[in-house]
Amino acid sequence: MVDLTRRFDVLVIGGGNAALCAAISARRAGASVLVLEGAPKFYRGGNTRHTRNMRCAHDAATEILTGPYTEEEFWQDLLLVTGGQTDEELARFMIHESKDILNWIVEQGVRWQPSLGGTLSLGRTNSFFLGGGRAMLNALYRTAEELGVDILYDAEVIDLKIEDGMFLSAQLKQPVGGRTEVRASTLVAAAGGFEANIEWLKQYWGEAADNFLIRGTPYNRGAILKMLLAKGVQEIGDPTQCHAVAIDARAPKFDGGIITRHDSVVFGIVVNKHAERFYDEGEDIWPKRYAIWGRLVAAQPDQIAYIIFDSTVVTSFMPTLFPPIAGATIAELAGKLELDAAALEQTITGFNAAVQPGTFDHTILDDCRTEGITPAKTHWARRIETPPYLAYPVRPGITFTYLGTRVNRQSRMLMKDGKSSANMFAAGEIMAGNVLGKGYAAGIGMTIGSVFGRVAGREAAKNARN
Amino acid sequence: MHGTRILQEADRLMTVCNSCRYCEGLCAVFPAMEMRRAFSDGDLNYLANLCHACGACYTDCQFSPPHEFNVNVPKTLAVARAESYAAYAWPRAFAGAFARNGLFISLIAALSVAAFIFGFAAINDPGVLYGIHTGPGAFYKLMPHNAMALLFGAALLYAILALMMGVRAFWRAIGEPIGMKTDPKSLLQAMRDAGELRYLDGGGVGCFNEDDHPTDRRKLYHHFTFYGFALCFAATCVGTLYHYLLAREAPYAWWDLPVVLGTLGGIGLVVGPIGLLSEKWKRDPVLVDEQQMGMDTAFILMLFLTSISGLALLLWRESAAMGPLLALHLGVVFALFITMPYGKFVHGIYRFVALVRYARERQMMAE
Ligand SMILES: Cc1cc2nc3c(=O)[nH]c(=O)nc-3n(C[C@H](O)[C@H](O)[C@H](O)COP(=O)(O)OP(=O)(O)OC[C@H]3O[C@@H](n4cnc5c(N)ncnc54)[C@H](O)[C@@H]3O)c2cc1C
Ligand code: SF4
Ligand code: SF4
Repeated sequence: MVDLTRRFDVLVIGGGNAALCAAISARRAGASVLVLEGAPKFYRGGNTRHTRNMRCAHDAATEILTGPYTEEEFWQDLLLVTGGQTDEELARFMIHESKDILNWIVEQGVRWQPSLGGTLSLGRTNSFFLGGGRAMLNALYRTAEELGVDILYDAEVIDLKIEDGMFLSAQLKQPVGGRTEVRASTLVAAAGGFEANIEWLKQYWGEAADNFLIRGTPYNRGAILKMLLAKGVQEIGDPTQCHAVAIDARAPKFDGGIITRHDSVVFGIVVNKHAERFYDEGEDIWPKRYAIWGRLVAAQPDQIAYIIFDSTVVTSFMPTLFPPIAGATIAELAGKLELDAAALEQTITGFNAAVQPGTFDHTILDDCRTEGITPAKTHWARRIETPPYLAYPVRPGITFTYLGTRVNRQSRMLMKDGKSSANMFAAGEIMAGNVLGKGYAAGIGMTIGSVFGRVAGREAAKNARN
Repeated sequence: MHGTRILQEADRLMTVCNSCRYCEGLCAVFPAMEMRRAFSDGDLNYLANLCHACGACYTDCQFSPPHEFNVNVPKTLAVARAESYAAYAWPRAFAGAFARNGLFISLIAALSVAAFIFGFAAINDPGVLYGIHTGPGAFYKLMPHNAMALLFGAALLYAILALMMGVRAFWRAIGEPIGMKTDPKSLLQAMRDAGELRYLDGGGVGCFNEDDHPTDRRKLYHHFTFYGFALCFAATCVGTLYHYLLAREAPYAWWDLPVVLGTLGGIGLVVGPIGLLSEKWKRDPVLVDEQQMGMDTAFILMLFLTSISGLALLLWRESAAMGPLLALHLGVVFALFITMPYGKFVHGIYRFVALVRYARERQMMAE
């Protein structure tokens, strides 16, 4: 039983990677720590449950990484994806710290995937968690427990008492036990973004948000973020910016995770509900092509689109959770997709006629392209002509949001008046916008959470003792 | 469509896992799965037998229940595995033995023990059964050595034949192309993997049993059991050689090789089965195929009875209890032999074959 009447040194709100890194680092720095995770035990760890890898700078190849990935290169990649919308000082600090995180995280019991040879090719930039994100979370939880961190599940924080940028206490709501006031000397907010709060998304996206699917946890409803912003914490990031990919329309509303994704776009064409193409499917290679389609589909009528390809390419991409919808003729396929058959036939005939001869190679920007149609398909364009014809229906799948709390290098929250908070820190998705103004580079969510979580915990512990 | 409901479910899970692949570093099942996009009955039985039931992929899966995707790989593969034993059993008529296996094994064991007791009593006068016999050839006062050798040799040969026929059917179902022979390198790799129970370690941390804290206990008890069994088997072989080559008759002195091997093996077969049984009782029910409990328990108990009766015989072989103990021991061993192809024993065989196939596949990939 956790004694909630005592005053903790550090209160951590959240239960994902950022929260656990903060809790462990605070505890290792000698603080008493309470973690309040809003989700039940099975769902602990929010979106972190669904992750697979982390991006860290490193100077040489290791057992788990091929080749070096220098700080400068990491910075250039970040600059590229964000189009410069990043706080350079914080970003460079994070990149520098990421080097040490590779080892620190192992000391916390997390294991990396070694090369198995054969099927598994390792990345140069990203290290993979052995067993995935839930395995890494399980390890963090075990370590936190062993260190004596107090953890409560089903422990949703519903209110924060904050005066002049100073955290005083939190209102905790539990299914059994009801409401409790929890006091602590410092606060680490690591409660994720607000992507699971459709009402809030609607403020920026309108009714379209009703058709969004949320790839991760249903528990990231942004309540903590909203309270903090309402109580004078400075805001960062564009609320309409988020990480969104196109995922299978048959996926569950929440928590479908990684397995609902499609990486078949380059092998076919994408049409909307009027059976019209609307964007160059051959614009760029992964991961860019992957991360733009969520937004593109969100802009289409009824937020639905269909990836259409033929039977020659089915084995070219990852096996999919949901089987493709198949038709012996274009018209039959159109019928199953509830699209206008004549319109789809016209689109495909037009596309096929525009395809130019070339040498197909999906690993590079090849010379297979179309001529005379808009939008063009600038690479990997091949005729769709071998039945059965196949399709995946897709919808926008929201990964996480970027609106967040402003922080400094200590992970300390900054208030609207520019002063830093007396005792409030933030880590992870809730402050990701500091680094990620827009765009996304795979594995950076974990970097943000681990680096700023570790810093936040350490600083909070120091703060509590003073 | 698959032959059984559980294969249908295994197919569904492998489709989920194949689009996820987060577990690929945990054991051989996932890399083997990745080499396929569609799964035949044979493929699924192969994957099921590659699984060592370490539980890691359940504890680490973001889609395990209560998630609506309801992914429980260890349990599903455990059920499929159990069903695969029956599917490949030889002769076909005995496939049914796997269905209430606990009852089946206990009946055979009880009958065998009884048969030995009555046999001893029938061919000898009852005094011999309870008499005190010492010195070389003491056991054979109760049962002539040749009769013993004939009986056990036949039982063992039958077991080997039945197992081989089962393996043949299994190999056919999983192998491609049909009739493919394996190479020494893959065989060696599989022996190493099996010998160290490489895939019972959850990818390195240990096996998950009662909760989400991994341990190495199941692996350890498995080792005790397996190597205990191997030592006992070696003891029997050495004893047979002694008898026929050196004309030295049992019982042997405590320091003699067959007894040393047998004693060490016996200890392994006491510690191992007790440990496995206690781990089994603690195991998180969500990982357990309840249908199989009878079969697992029966096999573990048979091993335990074999070793305990053997050790007891060693201790009391110079007393009046020798006769009944010998009957008990021989009865249990006999039952163990003839039921080997129809009980949990086969899991080791099929797992080994699956490992050979896996090593082979890996090698072909690398080439
Ligand atoms: C399918 C998918 C795949 C991804 N793959 C990767 C990847 O491979 N690599 C990568 O770097 N990133 C990946 N991401 C992004 C990554 O998940 C996030 O960047 C990261 O998990 C954020 O960590 P966090 O600790 O800040 O938030 P989370 O892990 O989401 O944790 C937030 C926690 O706060 C809790 N919470 C929320 N509100 C309250 C409240 N009021 N009271 C108490 N607790 C509350 C939630 O229950 C949750 O435990 C992926 C995301 C998804 C959805
Ligand atoms: S068990 Fe779960 S986490 Fe592992 S590969 Fe399958 S779906 Fe993915
Ligand atoms: S061996 Fe372990 S990780 Fe592999 S499938 Fe079986 S239970 Fe899962």
